[in-house]
Amino acid sequence: MARAVTTRAKIGFTAAAWTVALLIFFPILYAIITSLKTEPEAIAGFDMIPSFTFESYRAVQTQNDYLKPFMNSVILAVGSTILALIVAIPAAWAMAFSPTKRTKDILMWMLSTKMMPAVAVLVPIYLIFLRFGLMDTRVGLTVMLMLINLPIVVWMLYTYFREIPGEILEASRMDGASLWNEIIYVLTPMAVPGIASTMLLNIILAWNESFWTIQLTTTNAAPLTAFIASFSSPQGLFWAKLSAASVMAIAPILIMGWFSQKQLVRGLTFGAVK
Amino acid sequence: MATQETAKIARIMRAPAIILLLIWMIVPLAMTLYFSFLNYNLLNPAGNSWAGLFNYKYFYTDPAFFQAVWNTLILVLGVLLITVIGGIAIAMLIDQPIFGQGVVRILVISPFFVMPPVAALIWKNMIMHPGYGVFADIAKFFGAQPVDWFAQYPLFSIIIIVAWQWLPFATLILLTALQSLDGEQMEAAEMDGASFFSRFIYLTLPHIARAITVVILIQTIFLLGVYAEILVTTNGGPGYATTNLVFLIYRAARLNFDIGGAAAGGIIAVVLANFVAFFLMRAVGKNLD
Repeated sequence: MARAVTTRAKIGFTAAAWTVALLIFFPILYAIITSLKTEPEAIAGFDMIPSFTFESYRAVQTQNDYLKPFMNSVILAVGSTILALIVAIPAAWAMAFSPTKRTKDILMWMLSTKMMPAVAVLVPIYLIFLRFGLMDTRVGLTVMLMLINLPIVVWMLYTYFREIPGEILEASRMDGASLWNEIIYVLTPMAVPGIASTMLLNIILAWNESFWTIQLTTTNAAPLTAFIASFSSPQGLFWAKLSAASVMAIAPILIMGWFSQKQLVRGLTFGAVK
Repeated sequence: MATQETAKIARIMRAPAIILLLIWMIVPLAMTLYFSFLNYNLLNPAGNSWAGLFNYKYFYTDPAFFQAVWNTLILVLGVLLITVIGGIAIAMLIDQPIFGQGVVRILVISPFFVMPPVAALIWKNMIMHPGYGVFADIAKFFGAQPVDWFAQYPLFSIIIIVAWQWLPFATLILLTALQSLDGEQMEAAEMDGASFFSRFIYLTLPHIARAITVVILIQTIFLLGVYAEILVTTNGGPGYATTNLVFLIYRAARLNFDIGGAAAGGIIAVVLANFVAFFLMRAVGKNLD
């Protein structure tokens, strides 16, 4: 009897949860459906069953050269992440394994740079970019995105590295391992999962960054954020095409995001919620 | 000896990150501060001159400025209200024993990964459009007049879009906090006859209070910087109805080429953000030890 009630309750909760989840997911689902419609179908009123044409996907490439902003997004997101890791890994490493009195203050200070509103430095960054010919270049934007996410990267790596037990280091030192061997054979294997998680989250953040990528690009270096934003003008009324471009823009990061739920919580709360 | 050497290596390893962030923080901010005291317009060929506090006074007496500050506050508070209350409710629902919990989680978290321009354009064109949007279709189905969301309720429309983007974040963080709640304690309270409401007030809420604080503070930081959603939907209008501080400064700098004015606005934005950051740093700092 008790079991029957629990099952019924479970079915009730399931129905409620699925309803909420589908409502929240609906705009994305509807964009996917619309991307598979023809343009007249797309504005013909509510219809969940498209004609399954891939015409819009083809049109976005042939008419708007979709591959260019897509590749810019890949280059910017991956490039800025790798740059940030190169700078952040040694720093986080040093702070985790050789902390000083000031380590905590340094970490807090790094976090505080993240609090600076982007718009506060819009003017100088804009002028610097103009002055040094960095406007609309991938190099300039890659460095920008690296600087923006560097504090989060250092923080995330630090929280991961700190979980590596110090005793293992001592043991390897006792066994006569040199610093180099210690890093290569003992620490690196334990640090790789943390580094991978950090990389994943940072690529997501860099991919979706929509202030600087729109401010500092026009055409050559414009990633998907700027490309899609340009659809807000009247020509954006081609909704099937807009949907196809949108779906392609979010699909890779959506799938990556599904695998990074835990890291997301950790990275975006700076370790305050685990 | 070895430790001294280690400390030296550690210092060298730390240095690049610290120096980069130091430059990143000081140079542009100092420039902004300097520009904010100048008459500096890119369209003015006469060059720039010292303006004293004129830019600040100009910003302060501009009616658009107060509207922008007000809009910023309403946007932040509105989104926080929806996401925190909605987040608690949805997190508690998903935390129940349900079939397909993994898939439900994936569906709920998805909007967070949608880049802002895409999120805003999907909502603008396919959901809220007065002619072809889903909301209009629903209204027509019931024989009602479709609402022109961005013309009639512009700021509210933006709040809906941004809340949709951040609801997953709040849900995910609160769900993580809920899952560490002691089940036995909950059962004991249930057996003692505590109602759902009192269990929520005396057990659940205190347990997730910390997570709620973190959600509010982190979201506030990001919500103060909402930009792309406004750019692709209303472009700050109608009038100044959806112009927040970020958009106002963007307009001054990029459309009016008023470097001095934009810089003064930037400094005001920093002061506002610092106010929030102060509390966030304390909340996070406590957790470090």
